[in-house]
Amino acid sequence: MSLKPNAKTVLEVKDLKTYFKTDAGIVKAVDGVSFTVHEGETLGIVGESGSGKSVTNLSVMRLISSPPGKIVGGEVLFEGQDILKLSETEMRSIRGDKISMIFQDPMTSLNPFLRISTQMVETIRLHNKDVSKKEALARSIEMLKLVGIPSPEKRIQSYPHQFSGGMRQRVMIAQALSCNAQVLVADEPTTALDVTIQAQILELIDKLSSQMGTAVILVTHDLGVVAGMCDVVCVMYAGRIVEKAITDDLYARPSHPYTEGLIKSVPRMDTANKNNRLFSIEGQPPNVIDLPPCCPFHPRCHKSMEVCRHAYPPIKDLGNGHEVACWLYAEEATRAKALQDAEQQEKV
Amino acid sequence: MMSEKKKPLLEVRDLKQHFPISTGSFLNKQVGAIRAVDGISFDVYPGETLGIVGESGCGKSTTVRSISQLYKPTSGSVIFNGVDLVNADVRTMLKARRNIQMIFQDPYASLDPRMTVRSIIAEPMEIYNNRKLMDTPMSSMDIERRVEDLMERVGLNKAFKNRYPHEFSGGQRQRIGIARALALNPKIILADEPVSALDVSIQAQILNLLGDLQKEFGLTFLFIAHDLAVIQHISTRVAVMYLGKIVEISEAVQLYEAPKHPYTVALLSAAPIPDPTIERARQRIILTGDVPSPDKERNGCYFYDRCPKKMPWCSCHLPPMFDITDNHQVACWLYDKKDYSKITMEESQKDAAVKA
Repeated sequence: MSLKPNAKTVLEVKDLKTYFKTDAGIVKAVDGVSFTVHEGETLGIVGESGSGKSVTNLSVMRLISSPPGKIVGGEVLFEGQDILKLSETEMRSIRGDKISMIFQDPMTSLNPFLRISTQMVETIRLHNKDVSKKEALARSIEMLKLVGIPSPEKRIQSYPHQFSGGMRQRVMIAQALSCNAQVLVADEPTTALDVTIQAQILELIDKLSSQMGTAVILVTHDLGVVAGMCDVVCVMYAGRIVEKAITDDLYARPSHPYTEGLIKSVPRMDTANKNNRLFSIEGQPPNVIDLPPCCPFHPRCHKSMEVCRHAYPPIKDLGNGHEVACWLYAEEATRAKALQDAEQQEKV
Repeated sequence: MMSEKKKPLLEVRDLKQHFPISTGSFLNKQVGAIRAVDGISFDVYPGETLGIVGESGCGKSTTVRSISQLYKPTSGSVIFNGVDLVNADVRTMLKARRNIQMIFQDPYASLDPRMTVRSIIAEPMEIYNNRKLMDTPMSSMDIERRVEDLMERVGLNKAFKNRYPHEFSGGQRQRIGIARALALNPKIILADEPVSALDVSIQAQILNLLGDLQKEFGLTFLFIAHDLAVIQHISTRVAVMYLGKIVEISEAVQLYEAPKHPYTVALLSAAPIPDPTIERARQRIILTGDVPSPDKERNGCYFYDRCPKKMPWCSCHLPPMFDITDNHQVACWLYDKKDYSKITMEESQKDAAVKA
């Protein structure tokens, strides 16, 4: 699966399930997601809004507020240890230290009342009690320099509002990496930014991850960003991973009809398809409340079959770690059996 | 370009839109201005789509709002179909503006949550009817029928006309916004980032819908987006804005094949392409720094601080629009006939002082 076969596995998510209890029913925001992240690797998670990308990452960070949310099943193994079983105190020593997160909106994720220095020193001293304030400050300045903030000695005394969007995102990255995190979770880190600033930030994340060997989980809806940044990509739809592959494989041979549609429906700058209609996936993403056992994509799928309406497809490995959850790739016998089972169940 | 023989539908000449900065004390003295749009000129021809790209804060949205007279422009003129909207009296302006409609970016904020879909789409017709600005007055039956037609045309079930906006998804809401914009049979639609708040699969649906409507009704679009691929897909011509000025305007194909202005070049190279092999091999030009604040008038090129090809001359001389071809203009000293690269800082400053 990994591009570097010898790389150490840092984070392993197995069959993660996060449900939210609402008045309308149970929202299965994440319903059985599994992936592995290796050292120095960038894993991309793509999907539309509501597909469960962010909830997956918040679950990994144990930041799901409960109630209404609850991680109902699965394991998140960080260095062989299931962090879902840790106490909140133990979790705190990992969160922000070993696993860090950058959020989508740099405008709202820094504390507007505190100077950058206060916020950064706090992070460092919280995780390393024996670091003095002075050392922590020096470390923060060094990190700000690393992420390319001009005259960091002066700027560290500023408040967040004195920075622009791109600069704030840099501060967030500096803060997230100040404790030498092994895993960096970046939840749409460039969505709120302009293209030229986006290019700066992506280059920065790429540089830092290769320098420090940090594994990166990059959540985005932009297929262009994924193409440039990620080694491995997971495509999510309605709370599940529908396709997972090495980036080149995914773009060369998109196998799930959803992935195929997604790639075809983005206008591209390099191929002139001007004035032609774009390929579009008709309809809306499904409501994930009380989803019946079926392929959630079948109402929008142009290749749907009878069996898609009655059972969730099994995950099939197409070779080289290219996994896809679609009935198209299942054997005839499996399909027939699933259909039979479903019919029997309906009768009951 | 065949549209050149045609008369332009919309002419914008030296449009300026400045927002005052005041002290905020009881005297409220004005101490400066945000020069959101700072002297732009362009033409829009019937049936074409002019795309405007640029980063946030470059004045794209302000431009379309000034054109539709939602802001009173500081100076300059907006001539639509021969009528100068800036200086016309209210009634003439309103009559002309029936043909200029807008689609907004955020489908969650641009629909009144307390109005039903029916009343949202009917509102423009009712307003113009009540003010007796319609060519032929519409009865309430006419309006009702028109609402149903419009809903069907944009792909909404007409049975939903008594529902409220919160019952619809983002893409469907954007369709409601489009139906509202079409209600008065406009000639030109100003679309302010109509797809940037939508998911990829929904974005394609809306872009296709806009394309179909353009063919069907012969609409002209002024289309704003920050996504360069979207702009390329939909536009006939493209204008690139930076800090309240147009830095390059050209036929879309030409602009994407051979961008001239250093800013356009950087912008195009920074936009990600959804193909891993191309994307990894590509040479990106990473601009340093952020867009500066548009609060002061500059006498040099507005892009000087971030330009990778800057010359001393650019720091104190504002570039005019140079013709590359008939359909391609660029505001950059690199494309003047004279070579400025050898001129030193002192010489250029002296020259600027003499001219001032």
